[in-house]
Amino acid sequence: MLELKEISKYFGGVRAVDGVDLGVSRGEILALIGPNGSGKSTIVNLICGLFPLTAGRVVLDGTDISDMPMHARVSGGVARTFQNIRLFGQLTVWQNLWVAQNSGEQRRQNFGRRWFGGSRGARSEIERTLEFFDLAHKSNELAANLAFGEQRRLEFARALSAKPALLLLDEPAAGMNAEEIDQLDDRIRKVREDGVTVLLIEHHMELVMSIADRIAVLNFGRKIAEGTPAGIQANPLVREAYLGTPETA
Amino acid sequence: MDFYLGLVQIIGVHTLLGLSAYCVLLTGQVSLAQAGFFAVGAYVAGMLTVLAQWPLIPALAVAAVVSGAVACAVGFPALRVKGLMLVVATVAFGEAVRLFFFNFTYQIQAGVLHLGPHGAEGFRQIRYFPEHGWSTLDVVLFIWVVVALVMAGLWWLDHSRVGAVLRAVGEDELAAQSVGINITAVKVSAMTVGGFIAGIGGGIFAHYTTHIEHAQFGVVLATFAIAYPILGGLSNVFGTLLAAVFIQGFLIEGLRFMGDWRNLLFGGLIVLAMNVRPRGLLDAGTTRALKRLFAAGKERSGA
Repeated sequence: MLELKEISKYFGGVRAVDGVDLGVSRGEILALIGPNGSGKSTIVNLICGLFPLTAGRVVLDGTDISDMPMHARVSGGVARTFQNIRLFGQLTVWQNLWVAQNSGEQRRQNFGRRWFGGSRGARSEIERTLEFFDLAHKSNELAANLAFGEQRRLEFARALSAKPALLLLDEPAAGMNAEEIDQLDDRIRKVREDGVTVLLIEHHMELVMSIADRIAVLNFGRKIAEGTPAGIQANPLVREAYLGTPETA
Repeated sequence: MDFYLGLVQIIGVHTLLGLSAYCVLLTGQVSLAQAGFFAVGAYVAGMLTVLAQWPLIPALAVAAVVSGAVACAVGFPALRVKGLMLVVATVAFGEAVRLFFFNFTYQIQAGVLHLGPHGAEGFRQIRYFPEHGWSTLDVVLFIWVVVALVMAGLWWLDHSRVGAVLRAVGEDELAAQSVGINITAVKVSAMTVGGFIAGIGGGIFAHYTTHIEHAQFGVVLATFAIAYPILGGLSNVFGTLLAAVFIQGFLIEGLRFMGDWRNLLFGGLIVLAMNVRPRGLLDAGTTRALKRLFAAGKERSGA
């Protein structure tokens, strides 16, 4: 469903992403891994439109979205979370999800009801999402007052509010304990069962190996390997990227 | 008595001005253009009642629409810049409006009188209220009915999804875009609504003072406009009202015996308020505490 065609992003002389080709098929969980600074987050930022491409195209379901502004891509079906949490701290948990209801379908709702009324459909969607993320009891709490784990969950929930077809998760397990990671694992699986395609960036290998259908490995802005979790674990190039060559190690 | 009625009029009009800045400030934009929109509203409404002999309410409505349209037109280029640059751009716009009215002359002959804006001399004889037999008290009531309506409207907007989206943009523009909010559309809409409200305020101002001139719409007025919501806080519209009452009623008029020193107090107060209460006098915490107090009182009276 998503095709990255030879995408590149240079920051001055730094080639953060350098000619990466990558395809994500509908319904899969693709993990993007690589050492720090290998360009994973930059790829997510390019897909969601945070900054323009230096070269290449981003194609979603056959539509070239490379020049679309960020907000238009959300209604086109691409939602994301941030590595460093970016919630609306002075808004309540409920409001955080409310403002994020921007899918194409939600946008086409009756204008008055969408902006001024708050339809029953929108309300029950928020309730269901809060229930799923175990945040229903915090509904009227300001997002800034939530504990760290809750904030991570809320950001995940907010990304789902726009009913994305493709969800980009940028290190969702960072800073979580083992139990929270297990719950996250479950939730990502359930989201996929609901038909959402997931592109996951994660350093936590146990999580990646457990849920990813396929893994792509980046190093210095280039894709060095792509395959099943088992194949990636056995790949000498990947070991080298993470651990260095035997001579230098 | 007339002094106090006059003061109540000033507070009402300044509340409208503050509310216009409140709308824009919710999206995180510090705009010093509100005095310019206020001036547009004042001149348009004045010209409609004096030159075209319109009744007041349609004149105010047209003034508001014209100011809103100007704000919308200013919004597109101005909101491409942020922070300090936006402040500079909006100050420049405000000054441009002031200088436009400094040079603007359009007069008609009515008997021995020349009516209409006359450049630097200003626009005299906006005598709708006395000509139609409105007492000062009538005018006061009229102003506060308008203030109440505008406040009710903004309160309602604030509690709808619109308010949440405005605040989301004000808090984190990048995150807002990432959840699919078109921040340009949101910011320009906020600016337009702000211009609309400033236009109503300006239109009323022109009629109760009966004489307007360019110098009244300078940077000082723009500073007042933005000071009300900053001092009052952005948690709800009553903060702005409270700040307008406090600044106009107490600092400007109540401390008249201090002469021009009170202006220094005004500046000092803003700095103090920003340090002690960065979210304004009436922040979310205060509102909650007041609600709890109110709820406790109700329980006791019920028992």
